[in-house]
Formats: sequence, structure tokens, C-alpha cells
Amino acid sequence: MNDIASTLRTFVRENFLFGQDTPFSDDDSFLGLGIIDSTGVLELVALLEKQFEISVADDELVPENLDSINNLVRFIQRKREKHEPAAAAAQV
Amino acid sequence: MQLESFLESTARRMPDKTALVADRSRWTYAELDAAANRIAHGLMAHGIERGDRVAICLENGIQAAVAIFAALKAGAAFMMVNPTTKADKLRMLLEDSQAAALVAPATRLAALAQTLNGATNPRLAIVVGRPLSSEFAPARRCVAWEEILRDGRDAIPPKRAIDLDLAALAYTSGSTGTPKGVMLTHANLVTAATSIASYLENTADDVILNVLPLSFGYGLCQLFTAAKVGATVVLERSFAYPHAVLQRLVEHRATGFPLVPTMAAMLLQMDLGKYDWSSLRYLTNAGAALPVEHVRKLRRILPHVRLYLMYGLTECLRASYLPPEEIDRRPDSVGRGIPNEEAYVVDEEGRRVGPGVVGELVVRGSHVMQGYWNLPAETDRRLRPGPLPGQRVLYTGDLFRTDEEGYLYFVSRKDDIIKSRGEKVSPREVENVLCQHPDVAEAAVVGVPDPILGQAVKAVVVLRPGGATTERDLLRHCAGRLEDFMTPKFVEIRESLPRTPNGKIDKRALVSRPDSPTLPPVQAWTPGNGAAGAELQALGGTPSLAGQGG
Repeated sequence: MNDIASTLRTFVRENFLFGQDTPFSDDDSFLGLGIIDSTGVLELVALLEKQFEISVADDELVPENLDSINNLVRFIQRKREKHEPAAAAAQV
Repeated sequence: MQLESFLESTARRMPDKTALVADRSRWTYAELDAAANRIAHGLMAHGIERGDRVAICLENGIQAAVAIFAALKAGAAFMMVNPTTKADKLRMLLEDSQAAALVAPATRLAALAQTLNGATNPRLAIVVGRPLSSEFAPARRCVAWEEILRDGRDAIPPKRAIDLDLAALAYTSGSTGTPKGVMLTHANLVTAATSIASYLENTADDVILNVLPLSFGYGLCQLFTAAKVGATVVLERSFAYPHAVLQRLVEHRATGFPLVPTMAAMLLQMDLGKYDWSSLRYLTNAGAALPVEHVRKLRRILPHVRLYLMYGLTECLRASYLPPEEIDRRPDSVGRGIPNEEAYVVDEEGRRVGPGVVGELVVRGSHVMQGYWNLPAETDRRLRPGPLPGQRVLYTGDLFRTDEEGYLYFVSRKDDIIKSRGEKVSPREVENVLCQHPDVAEAAVVGVPDPILGQAVKAVVVLRPGGATTERDLLRHCAGRLEDFMTPKFVEIRESLPRTPNGKIDKRALVSRPDSPTLPPVQAWTPGNGAAGAELQALGGTPSLAGQGG
């Protein structure tokens, strides 16, 4: 749990804040604070899929799953419990 | 006719009709009008005069909509500021416009306190959200939104402005790197909204799902066309979560959905068959060209939906649209002039040219701006004498050609403005920010093809001797000073920049060939190996980079 949260915190700080010292808590909304913008979510998802070996379906792309450190931690744990296959068909 | 009359007359005709769905609540036309009247009375009570500028720095939501109409009702002009604007730029905008008031969230105002300290403008700050502590004073007077909403009166304030008065001051990026304030009168905006509503055939039955920021002309138009006909606007904050937005579309039975190409690219990565699109009557595209491949895919997946390809720019809001009947025949055209407007292509001497000849697009209509705020020379370059004495027409700065039947095709921009996510980015403005970094000797900013953004902002930087900064540090430097869409996606440090024979930086070379970088470019993000990354690449077929204005 703590591992996931700290990996995520580091990722967000490095990739979205480029190391800026903007304070944010584990419950803060990324969008609300302007940390992640509309195209940033795609980047976040790409990381999750790679780093945590999960696949994120379209209908899982909702703020309840992705818009704060705590939401992400819960979402990743849930995905891992389900042992979802990592591969997802690309739908274009 | 004043722009706010759209709201006032609709509120009289159909008071109980839903005007807005925002932040999970519904607002009827009567409620929206009453709230705007109350805030307008508050603005006037706090000294806002006819012709003053009221800056609004809010996310999409009910307060933003109310603030716009309130400023108009008070006889002032509204000035939308992108909510991601950083403190220094906001101060510059407030000073340039001499804005009398600023409406912004408390958190935002608190962060601005130091930067605005000592600034003469704004005189008045209206604080949305929790009240500010007393040590904060960005303005001579600070009042709470809730307080003026409570104390204001419901009656429509006496009219102070006429339709030749300024309704909006809209800042847009210019090639000089300094944003220019586009002056739009009530008559300009009434004309534009009337024309747009007529060709989109908007009625009170329409439900428009708008995720575009109201600080963007294309997003703002949705509010006015809806108010004119009594349609409902479902106002969302962003397209960050497309699935959540499509759930709103289904839930509210949306009939109209305005897109920019980045949104279309994101939608086409999804399984659109899962959603109920039966309510949707039309899609629109503006901001930049929709790649033909994406036009075809949208047509195949949503054959019953009318797809309007449009072209516009802040200086007149909208200039052309392609009637949906033509889309399969001319998917790469942006159509013809909008109703009650003339759009034509001219050569260097201003003479009209025939089909197939590339020239500058000129727009003639009552929606054309009055000029750039305090920039007479810039204004004279873009507004030039028209066919009748005293009349002026708009030189768009964009090169077009027409086909035999007069349909317009975008060719390129005359300047080097980048279009990213449909928004204009001035390379000069980004270069200026990079050059403020003590280690940077020289910077060149270009747009590079990107399947989602259209163009991604790329910075190539040369460091001063002994400079030790990194690409990551420079990204952070930019992110702290520029709006989201202007922040470079890539930064590359090189030993030198390529030059043209006469010594200017060869930007074309920076876009077209890698030019042996000394270091691999650092990206803000590397696509993963997962589904989303693969799809991004599968989308490929880089969209044409036509910079069609917003």
C-alpha cells in the first residue's frame, strides 16, 4: 500500500510537476489543483499500465479511480486482486 | 441589441427551462438571469462603471456563466482568463487591460497576493469560495461572491451599454509573444451567435455538452448560442476523463457536442459502440483541422450525426463552416463563409483571386472585432479598408485556396504560431520564458506533429558557457510560468541552433530533421507498453497541422 502510494507520488512529482515543490495531499484532486491537465490523464494511464502491470479499460477512466493518490491506490489494489490479464485489445 | 438580452428574453419566455447543468446541479433560465442581476448590482455598487473590464479567472461552472452575464448587465466588458494562467502573466493581463475587477477562487487569489502586491489593478476582487484571510489584499477592495449574490437585487439593472460598446476583451497569442486583447462589441457577439445558431439549426430542444473552457472563444460561443435559443448547456470542466464525459452525454441526452481535434483523437481510441448516441444531432470541430482519417472514422461510427467542420479565430469568433451534406465529398474543406458574412481569398495586393490560387483569407461581417486593445499598428495590419468607405475587413493571417465551387481549404498560417490542443501558442512567448532562465543563452520553440495534440510544443535550448541546467529543470521552469497548453512537451539541449544563410534560426530544420542532438530529448512523458500507449501509436497517421483558429 505504502509502496504504491510513494511510487505514485514520485511519478506525479517527476512527470507532472517536473520536481516542483507544490504541496499536495493524498486526497487532493489532480485536476482540481491543476497538477494534471486533460491530456495528462493519458500519460498517467500509460504509466499505470507499465509500472503496475494492469490494463485500464475505457470505462475505468473516471476520476473516482484516478484523480488522487488515494483513489489510484485503491484502484490499483482492486485491479491486482482481480488478477486481470495484462493485455488489452487496442480498439481504434 | 445587447448581448445579455439573449439571456433576459429567454428567461422571460421560458423561465423554467434548464439553462445550465454544472457541478451536478441544474439552473433554470430564470435562476441564471436572477443570479446575474444580483452580481451585476453588486459590481455597480462596488464602483464598476460602463466600459470597465471585469476579468474572470474561473473554471467552467455556474459562477463563470453568471459572472459573464453580470459584467454585461453592469455595462462592463468581460475578460476571460484561462484558469491555468500563472501569476506573472495574470498580472500582465490585468495591467494591460486595466481591468477594474477580478473574479477568481479564493485559493487562486491567495497565490496571487504577492505578485499583485503594488499593482494598481484590479480595484476590486470578487472571491469565489471560502473567504480570504485579512492579510491578503490583492485589490483595494475584496468582497465575497456569496455576499454580493445575497445582497444584490433580482431586477434587471438599467441598461448602460449600447451595442457599440465593448462586451468582451479576449486575449489571444500573437507572433510577437505578447498577447493581444481582441475588442469585441455587443454587436459583434450578437451577430456571431445569431449566425452560428442559424447554421447549426439550434433550438430550445438542444442540449449542448460543452467541455471546452469558457476562456476559449469556441467554448464561450456555446453559452451565447444556447442563451439565444433557450437551449441547455451541460458544462463540464474538461475532457480529462472521456468516459465520464460520455456518461454525461448519455445521461442528459445531449444533442450537440463541440470538439477540438484532440478530443476527436481521444474519442477514436475508445469503443464508442458502448454508448447510446441516439440523442446526438450534431458534432462540431474547430480549433484546428480534423484529420480526414478522423472525419471518416467519426462518419462511419456515428452515421446519423451531422458533423460540422468549422474555422474561426478570436478576431471574429467564427469565419466558415462546411455544411454537413458536403462532408463526404470534401472532408478536407472548412466550407464557406457563415451566414451574414463574406469570406474571400486575396493576393498580396488585396485583389480577389480565383479557384486554386493560394492567398490570405479575408472576412467581412458585423462580427469582425474593433481592433486590438491599445495596439493601433497591429490593428491596422489586420483590419484594412473594405469595399465601402469607412468599412474595415479582417485579414486573418491564414492562407487558403478555394475549389471551383468556392469551398475553402486551409493551406498554412502566415506566422509561426503553434496550434496545440486547438489553442494558439506563441513560440516567442515560450522562448521569452525560457530565456528568463539564468543558464539559457538561446531558445527556439517549434511545433512538432503529435497524434493527439495536433502539434506538440518543443523547445530547443542552447546553454550559456558553464550553464548546468537540465531538460527537466527547464520543463519545471516553464510549467511554473506558462499556461498548461503552452508548456513544452519536449525540451532538448543542444550545442547550437541551425541557422539560415542570413543568420536567423532555421526553425524548419528544427521540425524536419533531428540535426544530431547532443543529448536525447527529454519528454514530459514516455508512452508505456500498455493498451493506451499502443493505441496512441496505432492512431498514427499524424494529423495535418492546419492551424485552424478557435
